[in-house]
Amino acid sequence: MPAEPLIEAADLSAGYDSTPAISSVGFSLAAGQTLALLGPNGGGKTTLLRAVLGELHLIEGTLRVGAKCGTVPQTERSRLDYPVSALDVATMGTLARLPWWRRPGRAERRAAARALDRVGLGPFAAETFGRLSGGQRQRVLIARALVQDAGVLLLDEPFSGLDRPSAEGLEALIGELAGEGRGVVIATHDLEQARACDLVLCINKRQVACGEPDAVLADVEVLEATYGGAIVEIPGAEGRAILPPHHHHH
Amino acid sequence: MLEPLQEPFMQRALAEVVLVGVAGGALGCWVVFYGLSYAAESLAHSLFPGLVVAAIAGLPLLLGATPAIVVAALAIALAARIAGVSREAAVAVVVTTMFGLGVLLALSPQSPPGVEALLFGDVFGVTDADLLTAAGLVVLVLAGLRLLHGRLLVAGFDRGTARSLGVSPAFADAALLVLLAAGIVVAVQGLGNLLVVAVFVGPAAAARQLSDRMLPMMVLSATIAALAGVAGLYLSYYAGTAGGASVALTIVAVYLLSLPAGQLRASRRPMLPPAKATIA
Repeated sequence: MPAEPLIEAADLSAGYDSTPAISSVGFSLAAGQTLALLGPNGGGKTTLLRAVLGELHLIEGTLRVGAKCGTVPQTERSRLDYPVSALDVATMGTLARLPWWRRPGRAERRAAARALDRVGLGPFAAETFGRLSGGQRQRVLIARALVQDAGVLLLDEPFSGLDRPSAEGLEALIGELAGEGRGVVIATHDLEQARACDLVLCINKRQVACGEPDAVLADVEVLEATYGGAIVEIPGAEGRAILPPHHHHH
Repeated sequence: MLEPLQEPFMQRALAEVVLVGVAGGALGCWVVFYGLSYAAESLAHSLFPGLVVAAIAGLPLLLGATPAIVVAALAIALAARIAGVSREAAVAVVVTTMFGLGVLLALSPQSPPGVEALLFGDVFGVTDADLLTAAGLVVLVLAGLRLLHGRLLVAGFDRGTARSLGVSPAFADAALLVLLAAGIVVAVQGLGNLLVVAVFVGPAAAARQLSDRMLPMMVLSATIAALAGVAGLYLSYYAGTAGGASVALTIVAVYLLSLPAGQLRASRRPMLPPAKATIA
């Protein structure tokens, strides 16, 4: 493991204004590691991703990000009726390194096409983004992050709405990208996906636990504090299920 | 068919609707995807007092429209900052105030006759100087759209991640509104205060039925708008109908025709091959 982690947070509190939306967060992500960010809806997963991107107000603690971050948002957030091809979307990743008066040219589109090849979508480059399947759209957005030369990939609920084969394919791709030395943060509420990662960070407004999945996910109290519900054992089924409390957001 | 072209007023009117169509059609695609149709209509209405002042002072209309639209945009931005006032409410308040002010001025004794021309446009009264200014603004709008294309595309696609891609959504919004204001100032001359929004919404909505890439959509929309403008003028010439209204109604007719064409196009599109889960 290299000495310099890609992301290092210590006692971090951050928010949209001076009130912290997340607090007491501390973790360290090294090159090649995958980290699952586990928590309920509205628990601060997306907020932490935005903090890593430098879009939030740091209130306390430290956050050091030593690599370029590429975000992979939930594909439902982007417009499916938008008049762009998969290649157009991947090309968006080149804008940040162009001066403001320049449009992406041939070199940029080539880089985008390579990234689409890398995620297995080369044949779909000319297809309209909104016509692709959920898993394919997720891959296009990963390609866009790769075009940004991102050393850290931040994925927001990448598996939501995907069928089993698409999710498995995506999981394999994420594994490969981490294997090439990138750091990967995956916000998820899926315990099974979290189990497949190197590290798990449980968050519910504040950090509940952080560590290797075997240790963190075996602790019923951690899961209860994360989800604010009751954990029940389902007879005959593997693993546990969580009974959520009534939905109430603060 | 060529007879109307002999008339100088018709030549100028044709040049005006083509200019309006090119700027309005191209900008309109962004107006549609940024959900700015209401903003476009509001900006158009709120420059009314500027038009009236220019008419009273005997100045070119563009000279009155430009400061009025700047005042309206600033007032909307300021009003929206008042706690408890939504953006929509701020727009409504500012637009009614501005439009009311314009009506007040228009009905004053000093006001020259012909307020209808300001409300409904006077496409046959366009002068050579008006055309030159309009052409200049159209060049500005097209240059702006070309420069900003990539950034507008990113911010319109997904505002949430635009910043991480190096694009500020607030900047994209502001830049688009400035270009839209310039486009409205050009179009108001021909289509009038109340009808101008047609050229920013109709052709783009029609082009959207027929294309799923931004650039072709913009070209198509501009072409539709210019052709509908020319057709509207011919209609007006032969049927003796009002110029601006004929253009606006032709645009709406083209949009209605585009709907079944879009349906047909969608039904003919082949299904995508299933996703391949294999990764190299």
